[in-house]
Amino acid sequence: MSAAEYRFTLNGEPVELAVPGMRRLLDALREDLGLTGTKEGCGEGECGACSVLVDGAVVDSCLVPVCQVDGCDVRTVEGLAGAGAGALGPLQEAFLVAGGAQCGICTPGMLMAAQAYLDDGGTADDDAIREAIAGNLCRCTGYTKIIDAIAIAADRRG
Amino acid sequence: MTVTTRPARSVPSATPDAPAPLFLPADGAAPGRATSFPRRREGPEKLTGVAKYADDLVFPGAWYGATIRSTEAHARLFGIDLDAAFDWSKVVVVTARDIPGENIVSLISDDQPALAESEIRHHAEPIALIAAPDRSTLREAKRRIEIRTEPLPAIFDPLESTQEFAHFEVAEGDAERALASADVVIEGEYRVGHQEQLYIENQAMIAVPRQDGGVTVHGSLQCPYYIHKALKRALGLSGDQAVVVQAETGGGFGGKEEYPSILAIHAALLARKCGKPVRMIYDRHEDLAATTKRHPAIIRYRTGVMRDGTLVAQDVEMVMDGGAYCTLTPVVLSRGTLHAGGPYRCPDVRIRGRAVATNTPPNGAFRGFGAPQSEFAAEMQVNRVAEALGMSPLELRRRWVYREGDTTPTGQILRESVGGEEVLERAAETSEFERKRTQTRLAREARAGRSDGRTRSALGIGLALAWHGAGFTGSGEVKLQSVASVELTSEGSVRILTGSTEMGQGTKTIFPQMVADELGIPYEEVAIAPQDTSIVPDSGPTVASRTAMVVGGLLITAARRLRGQVEERMGGRTFADSAAAYAREHGALRIDQQFEPYPGVHFDDEKYRGDAYPCYGWAAAVAEVDVDLDTGEVAVRSVVAADDIGKAIHPVLAEGQVEGGTLQAVGYATIEEIKLDKGRYLNDRLATYIIPTSLDAPRITTILVEKPFSGAPHGAKGVGELPMDVGAPAVVAAIHDATGVWIHELPATPERILAAMSGAAAPSPPAEAVTAGTKTGQAGFAGRDPDEAGRSGGTPAAPPGTEANAEAPAEGLDPRPEARTDPEPLRSPTDPPQRWGKDDGP
Repeated sequence: MSAAEYRFTLNGEPVELAVPGMRRLLDALREDLGLTGTKEGCGEGECGACSVLVDGAVVDSCLVPVCQVDGCDVRTVEGLAGAGAGALGPLQEAFLVAGGAQCGICTPGMLMAAQAYLDDGGTADDDAIREAIAGNLCRCTGYTKIIDAIAIAADRRG
Repeated sequence: MTVTTRPARSVPSATPDAPAPLFLPADGAAPGRATSFPRRREGPEKLTGVAKYADDLVFPGAWYGATIRSTEAHARLFGIDLDAAFDWSKVVVVTARDIPGENIVSLISDDQPALAESEIRHHAEPIALIAAPDRSTLREAKRRIEIRTEPLPAIFDPLESTQEFAHFEVAEGDAERALASADVVIEGEYRVGHQEQLYIENQAMIAVPRQDGGVTVHGSLQCPYYIHKALKRALGLSGDQAVVVQAETGGGFGGKEEYPSILAIHAALLARKCGKPVRMIYDRHEDLAATTKRHPAIIRYRTGVMRDGTLVAQDVEMVMDGGAYCTLTPVVLSRGTLHAGGPYRCPDVRIRGRAVATNTPPNGAFRGFGAPQSEFAAEMQVNRVAEALGMSPLELRRRWVYREGDTTPTGQILRESVGGEEVLERAAETSEFERKRTQTRLAREARAGRSDGRTRSALGIGLALAWHGAGFTGSGEVKLQSVASVELTSEGSVRILTGSTEMGQGTKTIFPQMVADELGIPYEEVAIAPQDTSIVPDSGPTVASRTAMVVGGLLITAARRLRGQVEERMGGRTFADSAAAYAREHGALRIDQQFEPYPGVHFDDEKYRGDAYPCYGWAAAVAEVDVDLDTGEVAVRSVVAADDIGKAIHPVLAEGQVEGGTLQAVGYATIEEIKLDKGRYLNDRLATYIIPTSLDAPRITTILVEKPFSGAPHGAKGVGELPMDVGAPAVVAAIHDATGVWIHELPATPERILAAMSGAAAPSPPAEAVTAGTKTGQAGFAGRDPDEAGRSGGTPAAPPGTEANAEAPAEGLDPRPEARTDPEPLRSPTDPPQRWGKDDGP
């Protein structure tokens, strides 16, 4: 596979990447760009641990080749932080307060799915939140406190 | 004290600043005690993607490792052939011959090789290892290796196995005579299958060669010192040459208790041979195909009751499938056996358990550790007795549940911290169990009177109750001699040193919380040393819900001693005021606190009598389900879980444990199943082994009940495993309430529910008044006879006092060899093969 040059926006910054076009976006993020916040759980689009946002839509980055995000806006967990070094964004803060992260391995993907839901105007409605994160598996929390956290974030946003 | 925390969303306890006293010390006044719940210590790193899990760690020049595995369940291994057309100088290959130490994965028994030498005993067994500088070379090399084998006959049915790993018997009174005198005897046979832990982070280990000839491994793991011991033996290293460092760990649930030892050996062997760091990161398929699962079990149960509902006898026989190697099987069986009677007072009890080998991948630790299997059967029996007697399952449990002063089948008197009654009442009250049960009964009766086919679904409600022994079984903690330390450093800061790991449950939050409380200093000022065997002491494994109770207790005691010594030396000034000055004047002060036996707690490993656990946690769950009558699909709508955990050190984290454990139990009850074909797991991908999503998950209401245990300075009894014991029987009871059929085999899949419903047009009454006939002169329960055990490969009970098997009961597994009048024993391996019907109903 020949490497071509792909350009996209990553967490607001322009990125140029010369890699084989069929390289998984997940590997490009983790290995080529050094952003290891995005996790691999199954490699076949079942668990959602590798969820990122491409033009605002939640995708499994293990199933998306780099060539497909050429010209797109890509967001990862590293782009969710608040202003200032190490500061948490409002959604991350809600997860911390509510106990929405335990082992933390599903958390980056879960946060991205939740962020997409909130960006779409999602509310604190329990059923709607469950639907929004149904593609993201968590084995620790029983989802209860994740749903609480997203609801808190939705409420705070007003 | 009872804390109800759900279902309110913006609960005060979720706010870190909310005042909420945590500790009620025995001596009353608590100046300087914490009054708020801190936030998860490592939470911000996890939430920003900064936390480093094993696969996130970068080691320049690292090679990639892979495992060549068997594709047969049982075979003779003749050789490993390397394709001569491939340039093998580019890679390294490791076989059993390259192992410098013993070819053993050190745990309880020494039966499991790190790499198979001459015999393959299960599918996906490791045979050889390869490492290469890049992934594509590695893939290519894997394809160029051939394994030469000759198939051998394989055993897949545990009832046909002749190789026993362990057996136990617990008996009080004369169960046989009591059964004969009972008005009603309810019999049941129950089966539970494999369950995968399914931590979302796969097994991962990176080995880095050390200049001293040793190796440092960084990995996803629960028990650094298990791995430390395994590395020393397999690689022939000294204690200093083997270093184990925990990376951030993405879930364990028991799955990273013993399995990481073999993976660490593999990575270390490759690193030793190629002289580079080697990354062994499993993908999901390999993790599912090769790593340990919850033990399947077959449990046969007889319960004798009087017409008025008095429980007079329990007779339980359980066979667990250990898979091909021993791993932790004897200890899992031990816990399963000790919990099989359920939390109920019964004068005449006999419980016999045995675990056997099959040619399937080894089974191992998983949250609950044998108890979910046997307590599922116990709770099914209670519910079926209630049905047979026409009594409420709640009322029956009220009569039977252990109260303070009651005696268990091992002769243990429950002196304190007995919360069974309270969790039962709290769960029943919060769920409105009786009122809803009346509604579902009326709906069921109305349906039975109609056959218009318009009713498409049915609601049901079910109840279960369980106990869970806190900490290690028997004298396990005494043998472990765990150490945890608190240090005032020379810079005047406070640091915790413990080998207990964080895997999401909150170790790194509750430990600093406890120590800060004890020292009267802010939570933020207490640091925790990394889980690195070159830095921290062996605090025992992070398992058995023992971390908060046992290791937390050690830390509080250590902190108390530290404070006492500093305050005494500093003329009575408080620790908070004087610690910095103390460090300047006198330097560092470290307190190593070793475990001391809980006062008045004694267990006889030989006779299997006495205090099996220092205390018990208690759990009740009420589940509500909606069963689709056309498809048999079950939606679990809600679960009310009440858990007596002694003390909720951090209610938000404790609730998180209950909620997560409850959902794992719901998965166990409804959808999680491993299908096997000739010893191979068929559904070894996440697309085919499914776990509950947010849409499958019930609304969970958690009630934390606190009946403190006096042996721990803070009263905590542990919480991790408790909820796993009650969820499945509650869900299956609810399915029965909805449909009128009992499902005797987990999971209660749509197929099983439909089959049961079509097999029983009318709800079937349970088998009743089965008077036990007595056969004598039969070998009965397998493996008793030492000769027989010898023939069948022996009982690999570990010698007492060895390091890693501290929870393993020693020899003398059969304290009552004379009790051999076994009616209908679970088949002995010497019996000819036979099959029972899966249901004992008419």
